[in-house]
Amino acid sequence: MSYYNEMFEGTRVRDPYARLNEWVETMPADFRQMKQAEAEALFRRIGITFAVYGEGGDPDRLIPFDMMPRVFEQAEWRKLERGIKQRARALNAFLRDVYGRAEIVRAGRIPARLVYQNEAYEKAVVGVVPPRGVYSHIIGIDLVRTGKDEFYVLEDNCRTPSGVSYMLENREIMMRMFPQLFRNNRIEPVDQYPELLRRTLESVAPQKCTDRPTCVILTPGHFNSAYYEHSFLANLMGVELVEGQDLFVDGEFVYMRTTQGPKRVDVIYRRIDDPYLDPLCFRPDSMLGIPGLMDIYRSGGVSICSAPGAGVADDKAIYTFVPEMVRFYLGEQPILNNVQTWTLWKDDDYKHVMANLGDLVVKEVHGSGGYGMLVGPKSTKDEIEAFRKKIEADPSNYIAQPTLALSTCPTFVEEGIAPRHVDLRPYCLCGDRIELVPGGLTRVALREGSLVVNSSQGGGVKDTWVLSE
Amino acid sequence: MKLAISHQTEYRYDPPLRNIVQSLRLTPSVFEGQKLQDWKIEVSGGLRGPGFRDGAGDWISGWTVRGPAEQIVVSVTGRVDTRDTAGVLRGHREMIHPLAYLRDTKATRPAEALRELAGSVGAGTDRLDLAHRLSAAVSDRIAYRPGVTEAATTAAEALEQGEGVCQDHAHVLIALARLHELPARYVSGYLHSTSDGTAHDAAHAWAEIHVEGLGWVGFDAANACCPDERYVRLGSGLDAPDAAPIRGIALGQGAERLSVAVQVEDVEALQRQSQSQTQS
Repeated sequence: MSYYNEMFEGTRVRDPYARLNEWVETMPADFRQMKQAEAEALFRRIGITFAVYGEGGDPDRLIPFDMMPRVFEQAEWRKLERGIKQRARALNAFLRDVYGRAEIVRAGRIPARLVYQNEAYEKAVVGVVPPRGVYSHIIGIDLVRTGKDEFYVLEDNCRTPSGVSYMLENREIMMRMFPQLFRNNRIEPVDQYPELLRRTLESVAPQKCTDRPTCVILTPGHFNSAYYEHSFLANLMGVELVEGQDLFVDGEFVYMRTTQGPKRVDVIYRRIDDPYLDPLCFRPDSMLGIPGLMDIYRSGGVSICSAPGAGVADDKAIYTFVPEMVRFYLGEQPILNNVQTWTLWKDDDYKHVMANLGDLVVKEVHGSGGYGMLVGPKSTKDEIEAFRKKIEADPSNYIAQPTLALSTCPTFVEEGIAPRHVDLRPYCLCGDRIELVPGGLTRVALREGSLVVNSSQGGGVKDTWVLSE
Repeated sequence: MKLAISHQTEYRYDPPLRNIVQSLRLTPSVFEGQKLQDWKIEVSGGLRGPGFRDGAGDWISGWTVRGPAEQIVVSVTGRVDTRDTAGVLRGHREMIHPLAYLRDTKATRPAEALRELAGSVGAGTDRLDLAHRLSAAVSDRIAYRPGVTEAATTAAEALEQGEGVCQDHAHVLIALARLHELPARYVSGYLHSTSDGTAHDAAHAWAEIHVEGLGWVGFDAANACCPDERYVRLGSGLDAPDAAPIRGIALGQGAERLSVAVQVEDVEALQRQSQSQTQS
């Protein structure tokens, strides 16, 4: 398999990387080690860590940061931006539809079962139209590149995509360590993200809110692996970080306990999953939520971002229909491609996948974080056969995709600089407007040859640059 | 029938509790079989919260009690005119797609015995007939007997025991229907009297099964019939907890004692009675 190298075309350095190449080539030998240590110390000091599930060891492990940035030209970015915004509009239109008249199902463009029997389809919010008709306010769209102009969407994250704090911190640290780089390159800023996020949240305040909206971030607490991000964003946005016990329902509204007495809350950016939001509506044993919250939400007394039930749009089975959503709701051709996907509950697909397991990537429908997946070409015969048994036991739990030739970016490794595979997660904000900061989170598979970029599987992160014109 | 209903639910807390939040599904549904004459819900010491109709067509009213309270009473009084629609929920406005009622919950999860019973009833292309046969099978297999099951008893457990109350009959029927790919749901409500005329002074529950072309149809396997004018429908859900008329929670921990009193009276019969008394 050959891979698109984002920096080099043969031995020629691609234009956007020209200045970076000079920087690397003129870098003194010990400078890199020194800077790497400095970066690590900075990350440690600000406390940005990522707990790695199931791997044991230090729960406060640092996510590895690679100092070599990833670069996009303005023109490349413009196209991505249009594609991402288009997709975000279609996903929200889909959510509005399936919790309303479900025209797309009536039109036979998506099977009813896939929607209504989906675990993430929440019947409690059928008929509820959130402010501005927006269900998913922060959409993280995972993209991979396979060629100069070839980008594919790997998955959509419509619930509570994490990682944006890395986008911001990576930039902050790069600017602090290499101010010269930012003088020599014209790089679009990303630090307006928290302000844009706050504006987005305020723009979806309920109609009953007549003052400047009070927004909060609702976290499950400090034991959550993304707690750092929750407090980081609250801090930058200038809003309160609250846990379920800090909020309560009284009459028709939700209030926050403060030292000055109860304060009404209009918009909740929740970082807890639907089943834990309200023990009166969902899991009765949840201690993380706010009793009665869903009744207030359903009657328009508070906004919840993302809206409960938004997860039905980012399911791996629904994913295959997103291009159809773009055509159906927007009457446009999709700008970004989907990866070809075989759904194992279909007989033909099942046969094809089982006959070609060694070439394919197989994922659990509801899996995430790179767990429970098979990368055929990177697996041993035994691993493939073991996985085959899992599929046979429950075919409907799996989808398969071709193994994509993920692009590479030069990355600092022990021996110097070497290509490593990358993906990209931009964060699209949907409120009264749809906005996207120029950049995102680039994840890099640090193990040589690895195609799995998840931080839980040994992935690292890079600063992502979009060059100004 | 013209039915007068009074339903008091009293909670006693020891020690007294604060921040009591309740989500009530205690208002009769609106459809061809039911017409609401007047209806009043009160929660003692409570602050009225939101009131809205949800996607299932149920009227939800929220209440909060700041407390500390050692006792609260949820009281419902009102009048409903009912008529027999042969169990068919005709003219009911709801938005949820029937397929959303095919998913299992803890209470309705199929066990081997449930699969066997579902299989023994056979398939058949007439879905309405199948629903009737399933309901009959449940009436047959589960004897009505209060006190042997509890709120958390599942369909599988109830079937194994072979006896239970209306909740158990409904759960088993729902599980069987879903095994036949028939959307099914739990309905909570009131019942005036059983078919032999015995007054039924308690809350009641039954199942609804969705039959293509006909819509939702009620089946009361506990009484081996379909709901008629003696029934008052409040609301529905995937299972008993999901359809509960009262869902509540309070801040803090303590002992909670519950007492319930339900009265469902036939207004015209009462009038006839009092007339005959004055005449005599």
